[in-house]
Amino acid sequence: MSGAPPLGGGGPSVDPGTADLAPGLLRRSWAVGRTKVGLALTLLVVAVAVVGPFVAPESETGFVGLANVRDAPGTLFGTDNIGRDVWSRFLYGGISLLWLSALCTIIGVGSGLLVALLAGYSRTWVDEVLMRTTDVFLAFPAIVLALLFLAVFQPQPWTVVLTVAAGHAPRVARVMRAAVLDVAGRDYVRSAESMGLRRWPIRLGDLLPNVTGPLMVESGLRLTYSVGLVAGLGFLGLSGLEADQADWGQMINENRVAFEVQPWAVLLPVVAIGLLTVGTNLVADGIARAAAGTDREVAE
Amino acid sequence: MREEGRPISAATDAETTGGSGGLEVRGLRVTTRTGVPVVDGVDLTVPARTVLGLVGESGSGKTTVGTALLGGTRRGLRVAAGSVLIDGTDVTRLDETQLRRWRGSRVSYVPQDPTTALDPAMRVGRQVREVLDCHDYGSGPDERAARVREAFEEVGLPGDEAFAARYPHQLSGGQQQRVCIATAFATWPSLVVLDEPTTGLDVTTQSLVLGTVRQLTQRHGCAALYISHDLAVVSEISDAVAVLYAGSVVEQAPTAELVHRPRHPYTARLVAAVPDLDGRRALRGIPGGAPSPSGRPDGCRFAPRCALVVDECTTELPALREVAQDHLARCIRSAEVTAAEVGDRRRQHAGPGDVLLSVEDLSARYGVVQVLRGLSLRVPRGACVALLGESGSGKTTLARTIAGLHTEASGTLRLGDEVLPFGAHARSRGTRAAVAYIFQNPYSSLNPRRTVGESVGRPLRVLRDVRGDELERRVGEMLERVYLPARYAGRFPDQLSGGERQRVAVARALIAEPELLVCDEITSALDVSVQANIVGLIEEFRRDLGLTLLFVTHDIALVRNVAQQVAVLQQGSIVEDASTDELFEHPSHDYTRELLETTPRLAT
Amino acid sequence: MTLGRLVGRRLLIGAFILAVVSVLVFGASLLLPGDAARAVLGRSASPDRLEIVRAQMHLDDPPLLRYLSWAGDLLTGDLGSSTVSQEPVLDLIAGRSGNSLLLMAIAALVATPLSLLLGTWSALRRDKAADHLTSMGTLVLASLPEFVVGIVLIFVFSTGLLSWFPAVVSSTEGILEQPAVLVLPVATLVLAVSPYITRMMRATMLEVLDSDFVHQARMNGVPERSVLWRHAVPNAIGPVAQVIALQLAYLAGGIVLVEFLFDYPGIGEGIITAVDARDIPTLQALVMLVAAFYVLVNLLADVVGVLANPRLRTAGA
Repeated sequence: MSGAPPLGGGGPSVDPGTADLAPGLLRRSWAVGRTKVGLALTLLVVAVAVVGPFVAPESETGFVGLANVRDAPGTLFGTDNIGRDVWSRFLYGGISLLWLSALCTIIGVGSGLLVALLAGYSRTWVDEVLMRTTDVFLAFPAIVLALLFLAVFQPQPWTVVLTVAAGHAPRVARVMRAAVLDVAGRDYVRSAESMGLRRWPIRLGDLLPNVTGPLMVESGLRLTYSVGLVAGLGFLGLSGLEADQADWGQMINENRVAFEVQPWAVLLPVVAIGLLTVGTNLVADGIARAAAGTDREVAE
Repeated sequence: MREEGRPISAATDAETTGGSGGLEVRGLRVTTRTGVPVVDGVDLTVPARTVLGLVGESGSGKTTVGTALLGGTRRGLRVAAGSVLIDGTDVTRLDETQLRRWRGSRVSYVPQDPTTALDPAMRVGRQVREVLDCHDYGSGPDERAARVREAFEEVGLPGDEAFAARYPHQLSGGQQQRVCIATAFATWPSLVVLDEPTTGLDVTTQSLVLGTVRQLTQRHGCAALYISHDLAVVSEISDAVAVLYAGSVVEQAPTAELVHRPRHPYTARLVAAVPDLDGRRALRGIPGGAPSPSGRPDGCRFAPRCALVVDECTTELPALREVAQDHLARCIRSAEVTAAEVGDRRRQHAGPGDVLLSVEDLSARYGVVQVLRGLSLRVPRGACVALLGESGSGKTTLARTIAGLHTEASGTLRLGDEVLPFGAHARSRGTRAAVAYIFQNPYSSLNPRRTVGESVGRPLRVLRDVRGDELERRVGEMLERVYLPARYAGRFPDQLSGGERQRVAVARALIAEPELLVCDEITSALDVSVQANIVGLIEEFRRDLGLTLLFVTHDIALVRNVAQQVAVLQQGSIVEDASTDELFEHPSHDYTRELLETTPRLAT
Repeated sequence: MTLGRLVGRRLLIGAFILAVVSVLVFGASLLLPGDAARAVLGRSASPDRLEIVRAQMHLDDPPLLRYLSWAGDLLTGDLGSSTVSQEPVLDLIAGRSGNSLLLMAIAALVATPLSLLLGTWSALRRDKAADHLTSMGTLVLASLPEFVVGIVLIFVFSTGLLSWFPAVVSSTEGILEQPAVLVLPVATLVLAVSPYITRMMRATMLEVLDSDFVHQARMNGVPERSVLWRHAVPNAIGPVAQVIALQLAYLAGGIVLVEFLFDYPGIGEGIITAVDARDIPTLQALVMLVAAFYVLVNLLADVVGVLANPRLRTAGA
């Protein structure tokens, strides 16, 4: 074999402009148009929910007139089913939905991720057992499961959070497990193993950082569904909140009988919920598109 | 014989102005939608009944040329200039309808990967039949059915109903490729374009497929263009070879002429980078790398890497001129190009060193499948031992077991005097540092979320507790030793090319000063010129550091140029284990002999 | 594995899943805090009522025995009696099941071909205006909760702008005697389910149209229409069929909110009523019904998936 030393780098470097830092997914997502629109919508609704209570003209529970009067004097949108100011109730009613949905998402995604990390990179039987268990829970729609448990445990905010999160966890586990499996088959994981690193350090150091793309997308989707489910349960009258507390889902429930006469009490929360879910889904979709763009194989 | 079964295809009424038959490409230029030229300056001549090999490394644009000949560019590309004359007709001037009639009937395409090119939901007989049907082949359904049978038999496949009723996944890789070839030749085309059709096939099957293509080209009297990155394969099958570099043809000549008397510096260097199976020629890489389509220099594109470069080379792109009979070259100094020398290779024999790695009666399985069957091996200290085998032989499993990555095994592994447990986590830190591993795929062996510096430094951090400034210093040193700038430590893997990434993998493997380096097909995913560089680098380390190498590969020619000792694996057992010269000159096992016979050589 | 064996295996898994679900469902009733009977009837329950309910719920037997007897009853068709009305649960849900099935069937029959065609159509017009519009539309619809869609539909077509369709179902007549009441609930369900199928169809078609074998068919000169119908669609059916089946299964959940919104007398509304009244036997029976439906539809999805994939179809051949 020749004694001449090889020279040079052995190939061109990719232009730094095209391959920015790997954690640039958020930056790339921002470049996708729909992410901006989605974020705008979401922030709009969040702003209304958060700032609302401070700018509401009336109190949450004060009576301002006769019930179900669409254009009651002194109000923007009239009165609700027992005579409270619709606009004020609307301004007060968003925050409970927000924090409940956020909790559901965090707990649901967190537990699903944990299961996925365990199942996707383990000795076989742990994977089998976990997946069969999630299969059982996937066996029916989240809302039916939630209803069953709420019937038993009485609707309260924490039971709502737990049951909705329990509905998310199996689905998140399925999706994230596929992502973890994919990454776990890569050679850099083998390289870490050859250095003798144990399973959990590899999960946290090599697997988790490389599934952040699907994780962000799933989180966005789960947030969308959380909002839908929590509002839905409120709409069914099962949100577990105080009876006179202003909550968008509950408002729809309270005022739907009089919908024909006084639509605003229902329409305002409906529109807000709709905008929020569309917003979060657009953001999730924007991230998904940006992630898909970079997952393509680097052409040689 | 040619008249029988000639299709009454609608294409015959197109302008065939007494064509010469065969293929003629003049000045072909294919650009992206934004005007970046992918292929620029391609002239080819392929008379009927001949095979022209088109050789190029990655980024040369060879696949683009192939599909452009059928008017079928991939999304985002268009033919900007030039002409492609098949049988006298310029296919770039045809409209969609005419083009569709030409494709598959007058000019056909054999794809690189038959497993994805065949419709998984359609039976194979039907897929061949479909092409005959949509081009109105022959006079009726009976003739077409007969032709399908005939086409299968021509490529050595059974012509019966049962076989034609199979789905692609029920066939082996070699059979699938032969179905694709049968489809291509079924309509008696004038030109067949083959795009790396034997990639992924083992050597014996490859040899059969090449033989089939040669035969059919003769029998059908058509012209064939064989596109490949593998000069050895191309030289076995082609009458003439054209070399493609950075989007343009730099040389075209009859095969033997091109290999022995190249007239372009790139060709000469390329030939020198191909491992010589007969072991008479030294292996040499080419410094630097090929430019990307948007980064091509003015003037000669090879100039930045050329040893013969002068000022005139960089000002103007040289024309493709005739430098000898039937021999074209695109170089102003073509007369001074010399072929690689023979005979300057050192003899390869293993030194008398003591045994570093000892494998005794090792068996391994994956679940219920037995992969290794009680094999034994001794690796002397300081030597390079090659593990030669085809896919399925168990060579990667053996390598992984030695590295502690595979635990479903039994038998004994010894490093020096110490017995090694099978799992890496069960081994002492010292042992883990003593055995290093380099993976095949440079695109998946580096964590995309870690910088180059972090990946290279990890063994030192984990196995030798080195931190901080000391770590940074040693990482920088190591990068320079693999001929990468130290500042690459801050880059991420996707900013590097394949060859550069593999160098990073080498750096990572060597930074903890191992005694044994296991290389698992480390160059299979790289161009041949880059391969030669990496191999040279590894060899340099072996000599300087007294490293012991276990070199896993399927490439028998590479073995000749790299290893002192060879162990040949077949289906989980070592069938022959000898010094390199001994094995190549006096092979004792039938399998080894078969490999030596069927592996393509550069034409003599 | 042949089709028969696959079906057999899936049935067994399905049965196992149902068994586990039944344990959960039954377990839910065990977990009622305090005296179960009192919890169900409330504080003002009379001792007589309490006795009846206790006997009904076999509260004095050990849990395993209670589970087995409940499960046994279930399998033989005895679904117990409602703790509210004392009527047999079977009678209560028979009519409701029919109504719900009607609603789901119509929604499925409308949604499936509509989505498949829309998905294919937008895949063929990739990146053009029509595709972008469809993509945006399906994305927005997929985000909205069904009751939001339903309320908007009611506002536009019923109580607000136009008065084309009734908003609630009259409880005096049967469904088939007032077909107009089906329109808005069906429309809501169709709008809830179609976006996913459309997007899946589009994505699968695009993937298939970009695949190597489609490229090769074009290189072979196969006309575009044949490429689409003979190569692309058959390979797209498999993955899409599974999504369709799962979406149809999802209807069983979506139906809860929709029936509640429109006062439609189906299983969904039945579940809500049972939850409100804490009518555990009825609730248990309904949940098991939904679970059984789910398992069946998933089985169907698996079977279709296997039939559509030649690799699996011929395994063992």
